[in-house]
Amino acid sequence: MAAASAPLTVYVPRDSSALSVGADEVAVAIAGEAARVGGDVTVVRNGSRGMYWLEPLVEVVTPAGRRAYGPVQPADAEGLVAAWRRDGAHPLDLGLTESLPYLKGQERLTFARVGITDPVSLDDYLAHGGYRGLERALTLSGEAIIKEVTDSGLRGRGGAAFPTGIKWKTVLDQPVERKYVTCNADEGDSGTFSDRMVMEGDPFVLIEGMTIAGIAVGATRGYIYLRVEYPHARVALLEAIEAATTAGYLGADVRGSGKAFHLELRIAAGAYICGEETSMLESLEGKRGEVRVRPPLPAIEGLFGAPTIVNNVISLASVPIILDRGAAHYRDFGMGRSRGTLPFQLAGNIKQGGLVEKAFGLTLRELLYEYGGGSASGRPIRAVQVGGPLGAYVPESDFDTPLDYEKFTEIGALLGHGGVVVFDDTVDMAQMARYAMEFCAIESCGKCTPCRIGSTRGVEVVDRIVAGENREPNMALLEELCDTMLNGSLCGLGGLTPYPVQSALKHFRADFEGVRPPSQRDSRS
Amino acid sequence: MTTLDDTTRDTVLGIVDRLAHLEGALLPVLHAVQGALGYVPPEAVPVLADRMNLSRAEVHGVISFYHWFRSTPPGRHTMHLCRAEACQSMNARGLEAHAKARLGAAFHETTANGAFSLEPVYCLGNCALAPAMMIDGQLYGRVTPQRFDAVVAAWETR
Repeated sequence: MAAASAPLTVYVPRDSSALSVGADEVAVAIAGEAARVGGDVTVVRNGSRGMYWLEPLVEVVTPAGRRAYGPVQPADAEGLVAAWRRDGAHPLDLGLTESLPYLKGQERLTFARVGITDPVSLDDYLAHGGYRGLERALTLSGEAIIKEVTDSGLRGRGGAAFPTGIKWKTVLDQPVERKYVTCNADEGDSGTFSDRMVMEGDPFVLIEGMTIAGIAVGATRGYIYLRVEYPHARVALLEAIEAATTAGYLGADVRGSGKAFHLELRIAAGAYICGEETSMLESLEGKRGEVRVRPPLPAIEGLFGAPTIVNNVISLASVPIILDRGAAHYRDFGMGRSRGTLPFQLAGNIKQGGLVEKAFGLTLRELLYEYGGGSASGRPIRAVQVGGPLGAYVPESDFDTPLDYEKFTEIGALLGHGGVVVFDDTVDMAQMARYAMEFCAIESCGKCTPCRIGSTRGVEVVDRIVAGENREPNMALLEELCDTMLNGSLCGLGGLTPYPVQSALKHFRADFEGVRPPSQRDSRS
Repeated sequence: MTTLDDTTRDTVLGIVDRLAHLEGALLPVLHAVQGALGYVPPEAVPVLADRMNLSRAEVHGVISFYHWFRSTPPGRHTMHLCRAEACQSMNARGLEAHAKARLGAAFHETTANGAFSLEPVYCLGNCALAPAMMIDGQLYGRVTPQRFDAVVAAWETR
């Protein structure tokens, strides 16, 4: 495919998941091998395409498009470099990246550039349609920008699905000078990694989205509250913020518009509760991350008492394309009241785990089998937790439910942030219910009693049920406790922990009664 | 309570003076102190409180609220082992038992040779390549007990 001396451009991801299986070592080996044979090879560190079972996924540029190889190990470098200097044929060859079925069926709007560009290159961002949304926003009034966002149907992608435009309008309408835009990047839900992928793979799109938000509502200062467990995202964001500031996309005079927007990255400190918006605001103020009583809403009295936008990474990162292509383009994807796309995350015991951005409406079963390829272990899929640790466990009988906010509510579940964690038939659902309570106990901020005390009592009651101690009365007690937490907690932590517990009780009762066959109970300890 | 030695005290005060202008500066300050010293010594609490015009209770309250901040010196490396659901679906419970036995340390403990402090973590965002762990910011995926042993052997001597 290339003459022996022709220059080659090779992509090796810098995404932390790719690094977790050796992408850095692969990049070093390829560069080393290229130097050894005297080849002209440029190694670009891109984000991940989101096909994690193929990572480290290496791509080489060919006249027909980028060609993928994976999973690559450092020892493959010699053979790969030799192959690229011939016709490209190699046992790890997967063909043209864009034609891989996993990617081909996707509708990548928010993730349009992730895995394609060099994440920290502003030139690359601009060359791939970056900052067109902001340029358009700068020609519009705040009301007009917000109308686009509202008309697009975008709802908060952090899980609560509140219409983003309405939140922004509330902030716009506050007649005060000082306002803030904050990005909740405390992505702590197990099974979710789309925020991380965007921040590592296309940080400028988040920066652009926040800048548009600031321009729209008249906020001049923004904070990204990033979880400390994401050090690679931190590096990418800092580099991108610096590049955007240097080029005049951030700062006292955004693109010569006379409007200011300053952006600062703040690092969280490992408290799950700080993903709750008011707790995050407390933390940004330098305090314990204790939940605030609402009202007032953060849009009216948020950070340091000022009107504040609090949006999730994906919500903000979806704004540039809405402004660039127009509200209708985005709204035309999806079903019912769930408009646009959601970047679903396939995780856990799944053969083909990764990122699938699709319009709402695809069924859970399609996601699990057509994209995921079934379980990683090859055993039947028994339960799927959708929407993070506070989401319900969905049994096989509900797999045909379309992935849509309202449809999931109808089956007593949550779509949340679109994280999908798969368990095979060896899972012990009584232990998963116990874990949900245990996690709540560990992460409770302690402000309200149902969450603080209820979670600890919940662990104890599950233990008694599993031990066969007064099983029926304790089952009833657990239901009652869930009801108290659900209705009496201040925020979603205590208020939603009952979802996984109650769904486990409802759909997998046998696990609590000790009547499952031993073959399904022995392989996890 | 003992007091900080002069060098450490200067380090802590230098950090406060560099960062105190930030809005809500306490978390950035604590991150910087832990970054410089490896932990936030209890003796630093009154120093921080005094310089930042906060009460000792406020500073202590923040340090103790967040899992990330520690009040004791860590081992040479800090290992965060994920306990969350996606990792559990891929045998994180088995890996946890293996790790504790191999290291001879429970969560929040440091190994006898001082090489590792073992900490639980609830999601590292590596859920498609579970189970996961992180050592000093370096992420590992698909961690089988065998891979765990190999990674530990490589870090142990560093």
